[in-house]
Amino acid sequence: MPEALSIIVIETDPERAGLIEDSLREAGSFEITVIPETTGLARRISEINPDIVLVDMASPSRDMLEELTLASGPLERPVAMFVDRSDDGATKAAIDAGVSAYVVDGLRADRIKPIMDAAIARFNMVQRMRTELETTRRALEERKVIDRAKGLLMKARGIDEDAAYALLRRTAMDQGRRVADVAHALVTAAGLLS
Amino acid sequence: MSGVPISVGYIPLVDAAPLIIAREIGFAEEEGLALTLNAAPSWSTLRDQLMLGRLEAAHMLFPMPIAAALGLGGFNTRIDILQILSHNGNSIGVSRALADRMRAQGYGFDFADARAAGEALIAGASGRLRIGVPFPFSMHAELLYHWLGAIGLSAPQDLDVHTVPPPLMAEALAADEIDVFCVGAPWGSIAVENRVGEMLLPGTAIRANAPEKVLAVRHDWAEAEPGLTRRLMRAVWQAGRWLGHERNLLTAAELLARRDYLDLPPELIERTLTGNLVISPRGEMRSVPGYMSFQTGAAGYPWASQGALVAARLATRLGLSREEAMASARAICRTDLYTRNLADLGADLPEAREKIEGALTAPGAIPAIQGQVILPSDAFFDGWIFDPFAN
Repeated sequence: MPEALSIIVIETDPERAGLIEDSLREAGSFEITVIPETTGLARRISEINPDIVLVDMASPSRDMLEELTLASGPLERPVAMFVDRSDDGATKAAIDAGVSAYVVDGLRADRIKPIMDAAIARFNMVQRMRTELETTRRALEERKVIDRAKGLLMKARGIDEDAAYALLRRTAMDQGRRVADVAHALVTAAGLLS
Repeated sequence: MSGVPISVGYIPLVDAAPLIIAREIGFAEEEGLALTLNAAPSWSTLRDQLMLGRLEAAHMLFPMPIAAALGLGGFNTRIDILQILSHNGNSIGVSRALADRMRAQGYGFDFADARAAGEALIAGASGRLRIGVPFPFSMHAELLYHWLGAIGLSAPQDLDVHTVPPPLMAEALAADEIDVFCVGAPWGSIAVENRVGEMLLPGTAIRANAPEKVLAVRHDWAEAEPGLTRRLMRAVWQAGRWLGHERNLLTAAELLARRDYLDLPPELIERTLTGNLVISPRGEMRSVPGYMSFQTGAAGYPWASQGALVAARLATRLGLSREEAMASARAICRTDLYTRNLADLGADLPEAREKIEGALTAPGAIPAIQGQVILPSDAFFDGWIFDPFAN
């Protein structure tokens, strides 16, 4: 039985990191280290000297890992981005799920596969949650701004709520902008004038 | 917006302007393209998305397609350079602690003399210089290695050059991880605004008219879609020409500032576009003509010699074959497509594919297929030249 692979997960959100860690543990017995910080990332990675590094593709810190792939990089062992050469399906699935993996050279594909499968499944879920959260947050924010804009129009022009909304909508259509953007401009302007 | 849908990825930087303008001012639409712009979180992710076909084209650091041609990073996919999007626009900055030491030693921060700045930097450093760049394969890294190498440090042995993405640069300075940073606009100004650093030099002080970002596509896509390639090049080239007119810069700053793009105060973007920069938290201003430039004359022409230069330097630093690296780099600089697709727009078209890099210390005329091609100075501060024809 070969030694347990050492995996680093770079993730700033502790909740997401926990989810990813759990699903990796289900996939096998690995030594998992979560690095939540971006400062000193290269140094921490070289201290741990992992077999595999998993990173969220949406994280700007991913570019820091690119230098691991250079011969002059901080790791003793050469590292490459994980590319499934037999069939780039797994690599594409990983990219679509938003996870990117850097693996040490010579690591056999059959040892990487369960890890990638677990990571892909988990990242897919995390990404879906993130998109949902972001969409909901934005919708709520926009609705708040539109409500404030409606309130301003009702007060300033003595019209009712439906008329205020119709006015916002018409203005947005005339200017080729979104209702939320027109509302935002109105609220900002009102803030400046008051 | 009507037209053939086309997705282009970019990093939210001021020099993504030609792509943003191509969409916003309607150059893409005129060419029958419905251009979607996708902001990427990092250069490596942008590269992977392009390589895997999630994007048709991308805003890239000049050395990225070269690195890909050398088999460095990403998937094994050939990326071609269609045209240069912008020249210069980077700045080198130092932590405030280092700036204070340099000032105490009598350095005046003229934001112009690269040799004096480098000597003051070395004198003020407390140990090995730790430098942050946005990406291992970047003009930022190339400029730094050339600059500090020319004034006597041996690169890369005497330097600790690390990748620090610009949004994390302030954090790295605050945590005392780096002393020096080289970043593209607007990040230098943001470091000054946030009082974490001071600007030491503009990239132009190290090399005049150094190519910076390129329009990159998969080689296979350009071959399979010559019509779309042509339309994309024309839209982006015309956007670059529009940006070359000073009267348009205010409009450009307003468009780039939008929430969908850079989401920053337009004044800050305008300072970059016009080269009037605030270099320290005390509000000192410096004016740098041509701090960042777009389409003037033959500026968009992807000189194969420039590709060879970057390839030769990467190969030397990373221990690869120089000759092979230069040959691969030359092949991806698509001067042929540039000439074919932009001729009837009135683009200045040089006759040669290669020139001696760094040889022009003043504007000079060169043989042209079309137009009168006068190239601006492309000199390095130390007079170094790169002869692509030499063995």
